[in-house]
Amino acid sequence: MTKADLADKLYEKIGLPKKETAAIVEILFDSMKHILSEGESIKITGFGTFLVRKKSARKGRNPKTGTELEIEQRRVVTFKPSLQFKELVEKV
Amino acid sequence: MTKSVLIEKIAEKIDGLSKKQTEVIIETIFESIKEALAKGGKVEIRGFGNFRLRSRKARKARNPKTGESVDVPPKKVPYFKVGKELREMVNRNI
Repeated sequence: MTKADLADKLYEKIGLPKKETAAIVEILFDSMKHILSEGESIKITGFGTFLVRKKSARKGRNPKTGTELEIEQRRVVTFKPSLQFKELVEKV
Repeated sequence: MTKSVLIEKIAEKIDGLSKKQTEVIIETIFESIKEALAKGGKVEIRGFGNFRLRSRKARKARNPKTGESVDVPPKKVPYFKVGKELREMVNRNI
């Protein structure tokens, strides 16, 4: 399933015109990207939480050559599914 | 940020959509993602990330209260892999 299929679902389920639904799907994920890039987490009740976590700098190794290198501090996005979501799929 | 704040932000961006309509739309999008995964499918949002299921093996665990050993059956869990664009965006201004 892609963004286009999600737009189709919006058309099927709530009858919004297809031209509009594609734009709305785009705006939703775009807004979420911007919120997360400000370092803010997003909680969607019943779905899960998108968390922005800080990783401190550490020493790593290039697994191919074995050369030591510094991995800079960075931020990563993680997703913690809601209990409801986990229960829905556990037996799939 | 919670869903209701996200709804307000998005309602502002789209002319002619009320908060209530925006709420229904956003609920429907996340419901559709859950349904797709519940059917064993995956969802790819270019630039944002992919949702799919991962398998967890059966394992033995212990009831922390009684110390009794319990069998945890194999199961599937939702997994999100962040997209390249989003991964780079969150690191732009730190």
